[in-house]
Amino acid sequence: MRFFTSSLAGAISALALATTPVNAEPTDQNTVKINAAFEFSSIDPSRSGYVFTRMQIFETLLNVDNQGNLTPGLASAWDILEGGHKWRLSLRDDVVYHNDTPMTADSVVKALRIATEKPGAWQGVPVTSIEVVDAQHIDINLSQPFQPLGAILANYASAILAPQAYGEDNLAREAIGTGPFSVYQIAVPHRLVVEKFDDYWGKVAEIEYARYLTGHRAEARVLQARSGQGDIVFGLDPAAVPTLKRLPNLEIIRSDLPRTLVVKVNASHPSMDTVEARQALSLALNRRGIAAAVLRAPEAATAQILPAYMADWHVADTSVEQDLEQAKALLQAQGWQTNSDGWLEKDGQRFEIDMITYADRPELTTVATAIQDQWRQLGVKLNVSITNSSAIPAGHADDSLDTALMARNYGVIADPLGSLLKDLGGAKGGDWGTLNWDNQGIKTTLNELLSESDPSVYRQKAQTVAQALYDEKPLIPVASYVQQTAVNKRLEGFRFDPYERSYFLNELSWVK
Amino acid sequence: MRALLLKRLLQLVAVSWGVGTLTFFLMRALPGDMAYRIAASRYGMDAVDNRAADMVRAELGLDQSAWSAYWQWFTDLLSWNLGNSLVSGAPVTEQIWHMLGHSVLLALAGILLSILIAVPLGLASAFKGGWLDRVLLTISTALRAVPVFVIGLLAVIMFALEWNLLPVAGFGTPAHLVLPALTLALSLAAISNRVVHTEARRVFGSSFFEFARMKGLSPSQAFMRHGARNIAVPVVAFLGIQLITVVEGVVMIESLFSWPGIGHGLAHAIFARDIPLIQGAALMMGVLFVVMNTLVDIACHYLDPRGGQLS
Repeated sequence: MRFFTSSLAGAISALALATTPVNAEPTDQNTVKINAAFEFSSIDPSRSGYVFTRMQIFETLLNVDNQGNLTPGLASAWDILEGGHKWRLSLRDDVVYHNDTPMTADSVVKALRIATEKPGAWQGVPVTSIEVVDAQHIDINLSQPFQPLGAILANYASAILAPQAYGEDNLAREAIGTGPFSVYQIAVPHRLVVEKFDDYWGKVAEIEYARYLTGHRAEARVLQARSGQGDIVFGLDPAAVPTLKRLPNLEIIRSDLPRTLVVKVNASHPSMDTVEARQALSLALNRRGIAAAVLRAPEAATAQILPAYMADWHVADTSVEQDLEQAKALLQAQGWQTNSDGWLEKDGQRFEIDMITYADRPELTTVATAIQDQWRQLGVKLNVSITNSSAIPAGHADDSLDTALMARNYGVIADPLGSLLKDLGGAKGGDWGTLNWDNQGIKTTLNELLSESDPSVYRQKAQTVAQALYDEKPLIPVASYVQQTAVNKRLEGFRFDPYERSYFLNELSWVK
Repeated sequence: MRALLLKRLLQLVAVSWGVGTLTFFLMRALPGDMAYRIAASRYGMDAVDNRAADMVRAELGLDQSAWSAYWQWFTDLLSWNLGNSLVSGAPVTEQIWHMLGHSVLLALAGILLSILIAVPLGLASAFKGGWLDRVLLTISTALRAVPVFVIGLLAVIMFALEWNLLPVAGFGTPAHLVLPALTLALSLAAISNRVVHTEARRVFGSSFFEFARMKGLSPSQAFMRHGARNIAVPVVAFLGIQLITVVEGVVMIESLFSWPGIGHGLAHAIFARDIPLIQGAALMMGVLFVVMNTLVDIACHYLDPRGGQLS
């Protein structure tokens, strides 16, 4: 059989060479092989920029540490002037783009101006202008103070590319960044090979090459980790983790992510327009059961949208326990009676709501059906429909949405205030946040936080917001996410970034 | 010959128009707002919101009526312009060439390998009969009965995990092609070996074959001179029919093995409502279908010229 397969491989190799560019340089020995679930549809930072920042091709002016604190990046320092209306950034003077041109203030301003025009992180940021001050300084002028600007500058959409990277339509055509790795080969949307960039301003990488390959199926990624064909494999199926842990060549790393499974609730729906009704729905959830059975991490059950390490936004005294009796009592007090079929009924109307969720993340479907069953025990009829993720903002826009189960990443913008402003701050709430939750006080508090510089006052106000979210349940959190990563033991120095901004490839080395 | 090619060329034009038109209207008829779908694919699910959808709508002019969008596509098609992908913004032709190269490579390798498997096995079972025939029939039925991705997974478990001979998934080196091609070949050979078997039985039992043996030809001479061609005609014609299985198999196999082909690209484009890419990919598959069938017809003509001039 071995002869058969090898001769077959030989016979078709000529054919393969004709259509696939194969370069002998990156080999199995000098290339770190990375497998993850995400495709990149474009080179443009606003679109799939996270793949390029994780592979350390693109960099941002500011970075964040594991606690979400801002740290220097391409800018060595930042000053907030004029009462928060101006951010002055001091640029490093030793940064070179991958096309060997130096990073200048003009090129940084151009990249930022282009970034502000695109959908995503920069929408809603009150920027009035971005200007060059001198060769080493730029100013970002704001119409009102905006605390999370630093986190937005650290977002992948704010990556600094060389001016030559952009086409006439301001979309990036070439991936010319400043990171410790430059592009060796790109095959959109599946594969990206990078090589180390010797003129990098920071820690120059030890490894020569790294290859990113999209693996759509979690099963295939697990197999790649097992067989040694993936050195770092992200997003392992929780069910496969116990088996992988027994393998001698792998290390399995468990990391908490600021991503939470949340039920978005239309707070103006006739059955859910009271705090008590939403609390009852929350109390009826068996969060530990879902976390244990679906995510294989019982400790991931949570009743708050933000994780404990975002301490300002996490209230101490909360419960994740299921209490069906209390839930039933709350609804009875609202006038709901159990009818002969076992469903709750009021004024001849059954307590029946729809839930939409999407198939991009396989666990969502399972969790939705678990919630369906748990709410059935309460007497609430839930109709689950699986659709595309974009149905959630669309249902938000036209109010057609009752509830939606979503996996919200509160770390896209490293400052939770940035995410919460988007999710709670709009006229009706936010596309991926509340819908018709009538609490003007929270919006005012969030806006005050934008210009709050006193840490203790900031914390106190943030706690008010977190407490209100917990008490009034305009969003019903279920569990937080745990990322399981397999790392082959031929590598050392791996660390995981909870904000998923970088794979820190330049800190890796081969085990001798 | 010229008449056949001309006829097929006309067919090609009709197929292109039909496939493009059908996909256009089917995609428009799907529920859900296109602007949101495209925005979700462009910016990722964490960044899709109303503002992104509005920007996409304005940029792509999605407010225009279906008829004017269709007319735009049709006039562009006449000048061989398939438009730009709504998601990546890159020209559709560029993307399709990239994907098509990989798909054609996979399909050809799969078909070739299936012939290498099916012909010897079909002939052997027809020649020997008995237990070999029964074993092959059982295996063929089993392979045909399971979905192609199950065959793929079994192949991965055996060749990649147990024996560590080949990569699990990916592309770029010849070794990456082996498992997807083998999976496709097995699902094709499951049927075609039975076709070879039946045809070989028919020929071996025919009076002309018996006569060839009686006039003193050795079994191999009789087979080469009177058997091979007679068996080949229906088998080659059947390969043409099997192209449907190839298209169906390629979509699943490409997803399983992370192979960047047109089937996988088409599936993603449908999720994303990337209409130009869907039209382009479907169009290209239709064209390929006509071209491959033409080649099969020409091959059959040369194998069996009794039908007279190609027309």
